[in-house]
Amino acid sequence: MAGRDFLRRMPEASRELRRPRSVWQKLHIDLPLLILLLMLTAYGLLVLYSASGQEVHYIKRQGIFFLLAYGVMFTVAQIQLHVFQRWAPWFYLAGVGLLLLVMFFGIGAKGAQRWLNLGGFRFQPSEVLKLAVPILLASYLSSRILPPRFTHVFITLVLITVPTLLIMDQPDLGTSILIATSGIIVLFMAGLRWRYILGAFSLLLAGAWPMWHFVLRDYQRQRVLTMFNPEADKLGAGWNIIQSKTAIGSGGVSGKGWLQGTQSQLDFLPESHTDFIIAVLAEEFGLMGVLLLMGLYLLVIARGLMIALYAQDTFGKLLASAITITFFVYVFVNIGMVTGLLPVVGVPLPLVSLGGTSIVTLMAGFGILMAIGTERRRVTR
Amino acid sequence: MRETQLLKDHFREARIFRHRVVVAAVLLIGLMGILVARFHNLQVVHHDGYVTQSDRNRVHVQVIPPTRGLIYDRNGVLLAENVPSYTLSIIKERVENLDKTIGVLKDLLPISDDDLEKFNKSIRQRRRPFEAVPLRYRLQEDEIARIAVNEYRLAGVEVEAQLVRHYPQGELFAHSIGYVGRINDRELAAFSPEQYERYSGIHITGKIGLEKYYEDILLGTAGHQNVETNARGQVLRVLDRSDPIPGANLTLHIDSKLQRATYDAFEGQRGAAVVIDTQTGGVLAMVSTPSFDPNLFVTGISFKDYRGLNNSLDLPLFNRALQAQYPPGSTVKPMLGLAGLHNGIIDSEYAIRDPGYYQLQGDERVHRDWKPRGHGNHVNLKLAIAQSCDTYFWDLAFRTGIDRMHNFGTQFGLGRRTGVDVPSERSGIWPSRTWKREARGLAWYPGDSLNMGLGQGFVLATPIQLALMTSTIANRGELKKPLLVNTIDGTALEPESHNESKVLPEHWDTIFDAMEAVVHGGGTAKIIRKGTKYQLAGKTGTAQVVAIKQGEKYDSEALAERHRDHALFVAFAPVVNPRLATAVLVENGEKSSKAAKIARKVLDQWLLNEKGRYVAAAPPISPRASVGGEG
Repeated sequence: MAGRDFLRRMPEASRELRRPRSVWQKLHIDLPLLILLLMLTAYGLLVLYSASGQEVHYIKRQGIFFLLAYGVMFTVAQIQLHVFQRWAPWFYLAGVGLLLLVMFFGIGAKGAQRWLNLGGFRFQPSEVLKLAVPILLASYLSSRILPPRFTHVFITLVLITVPTLLIMDQPDLGTSILIATSGIIVLFMAGLRWRYILGAFSLLLAGAWPMWHFVLRDYQRQRVLTMFNPEADKLGAGWNIIQSKTAIGSGGVSGKGWLQGTQSQLDFLPESHTDFIIAVLAEEFGLMGVLLLMGLYLLVIARGLMIALYAQDTFGKLLASAITITFFVYVFVNIGMVTGLLPVVGVPLPLVSLGGTSIVTLMAGFGILMAIGTERRRVTR
Repeated sequence: MRETQLLKDHFREARIFRHRVVVAAVLLIGLMGILVARFHNLQVVHHDGYVTQSDRNRVHVQVIPPTRGLIYDRNGVLLAENVPSYTLSIIKERVENLDKTIGVLKDLLPISDDDLEKFNKSIRQRRRPFEAVPLRYRLQEDEIARIAVNEYRLAGVEVEAQLVRHYPQGELFAHSIGYVGRINDRELAAFSPEQYERYSGIHITGKIGLEKYYEDILLGTAGHQNVETNARGQVLRVLDRSDPIPGANLTLHIDSKLQRATYDAFEGQRGAAVVIDTQTGGVLAMVSTPSFDPNLFVTGISFKDYRGLNNSLDLPLFNRALQAQYPPGSTVKPMLGLAGLHNGIIDSEYAIRDPGYYQLQGDERVHRDWKPRGHGNHVNLKLAIAQSCDTYFWDLAFRTGIDRMHNFGTQFGLGRRTGVDVPSERSGIWPSRTWKREARGLAWYPGDSLNMGLGQGFVLATPIQLALMTSTIANRGELKKPLLVNTIDGTALEPESHNESKVLPEHWDTIFDAMEAVVHGGGTAKIIRKGTKYQLAGKTGTAQVVAIKQGEKYDSEALAERHRDHALFVAFAPVVNPRLATAVLVENGEKSSKAAKIARKVLDQWLLNEKGRYVAAAPPISPRASVGGEG
């Protein structure tokens, strides 16, 4: 009955269903998404080469991580959806356990304690939760009647809050915000009632004051203040934002040319190969280059939402949309921070910034997306 | 199966989800739009401003300091030059940890506490960011090598070749040419905005002597270059450049051989001598002993060295030639004799009977001549000058009176600065009634006139004033402003002279004759007559350091060395057509003959050739100086 409705409402899907499965589908690869990702990867490596001061060593490192990440993506794409669903709680619990381990045995840099040392290999447990949280929540909410009732919303929020607080404590504000956001996105896509959303907003506004005074650390407050008035501390906290805005602004419409950006090539731009890499792109390729990048991102997001829409069950829909929208949040927070719209929180620009395990996590997410998109069609459960 | 799943409405859920996807898509596109708008704002609307800011980041203006003008003596001998020297500088902005970097440097090469103290002071005085502050000067080859090897852990440390002022003649010209040194707080505070601009990138300025007087001329104009630097301030390329204009070169009247001879003639005694070319007014030699090495000051003297110089009892830093004011003693007698002749108070035949003392009518005080039994019964002006008869000049001074003495002496440059081109000259005192009333609040007493007649009492003069007075006598009243510098970049300075006196020629002849008799007529300086190849005119003098009480006999043995009289001698030569005049002072020399002997050596050096023969013409001017004269 439900199956027929579904067929009736979605004629394209029925065509899809009738069409013989292509090679790509058999391999569980979403070709449009793969092409877009490869284009972004190539573009990113091009910019990274310039941003890293033309160091081949960085490109090699990044290339190796990408190879690994694509491998992980293809592997993850082969996994059947119900496996994710079954393992979701354990995956989540393992992530939280690792976070607790970090608290006691973790190693860190620059005042933060984020890594576990696994015999020479440094591993950041918060990466696990970037996927574990949306998988668990999608699984939990999809097995409840939607839109979720208050109890379920409450349980969901607890599930979000535990890892968020643990990561915020490391401290890693950027990652904790992203993980919380990925959870809230699942809740939103699951049809969270508007009255809850409005209520939450009112609470948020009311809670901003105690948050500012009791939760945020000095350096985090400083970042927020710096964002509002970067000129106040030109050589200190404001330096990054001033220099990145200068790089972007001086790039103009057509840019200064690849490897020709004075801000980045002469080292005025700090963190140019990591968090602030879009400033290099904007300086050297101009507004044109920025629009190309944003276009590619939008297409990836559009494809991701399409996969979510055509997913066969609610779990797939919620998970696909959460992964896609979280990807957008990464992009938005990073670019917003580099252009001085948002405070500086350490969020890399996906697929472009120099990264390690974060690239693998990201591509694993796209692997899940492909798994959802290429799932063998079942008419009924 | 759980109950919730049984009751799930897939159709409704899909509908809710589709709705949410639309909402999310709208939100995403809206947020993406904000980002694009932001880029448009930065890259299109404010593009020009950011381009300027980006250029300001990478393009830095560097000052290219000008080469300071050189100083030559009249024969083209270099007296002040610029030699390359390697300086270790630190650019604070590029150093991660200043203390650590200095610690590393300390392991590589000796850095004294003195260097550090000066460095910390200079750091506070910096006028712009990214300015290199010198830490150590005059690096040795091996020190440069050690720094080069360790460059990787010395970010912000630079070794630069700099031109540093050097005075090859050392202590010989410390007081006349002076020295340059680092601009200090006080000088910086006194800068006008134009000076501030002009001195950007320049750390040194003339401190004393010609270096200070001609600072504006010697300095030159700084050049600038725009360079592209990276964030660490390393210069990657030069974008454009305007060359500095070097400072003008000075050629002096000074003759370094004469200066050397004069300095050596003192044989370590304290004192001063000034030699003036009577024909031009040019200063041929200016000596103040003891002296010091001006090179110590160029890159900043160490506190220990400075303390040594500053606390020395012999006052080596003190330029006696211009700043020491001594009672001129009997050296003023020829000039006062001339005043007597000119005013008709005496004539050349007028004579007194000298009992060996002088007493004013109605005054108990007895003024004793230096010769207890007097100079005889017929003491005329010539004898009085030759033998330095005090009684004659007491009588003359009393009869001439303060006003006429004051006016006449002023025409010879007494009591005012000579205007020589070396700063910090003092004016001495050639008293008048007005002066005494203002300075002491007292009326002028006849006894004051008696003291003035012997160049004592209130009278004070600097050695250069005495040289100028003697030169003015030699020039028969024409006062020529003494100058050390002859040409600036080849252009001769305009000589300044004026002649106010209307003294009759025969009076001049009388004085010349009398001064000649001081040496050649058995006078007080007869000791230097032996072997003279030319006629010279002079006058001895002694200046009391400690006043002698009434009725007390002068006993030099009892006095400490530093309480002995100063020995003075002024002279010009030859007597016919004089060519140079000199004043010599030997502090605590006691006998004026000591000064006279120095003067003889000085005059011989100039007037005789290597074989000891008198040469009529002035020493040839060097090609450099003559080319300069035409330019």
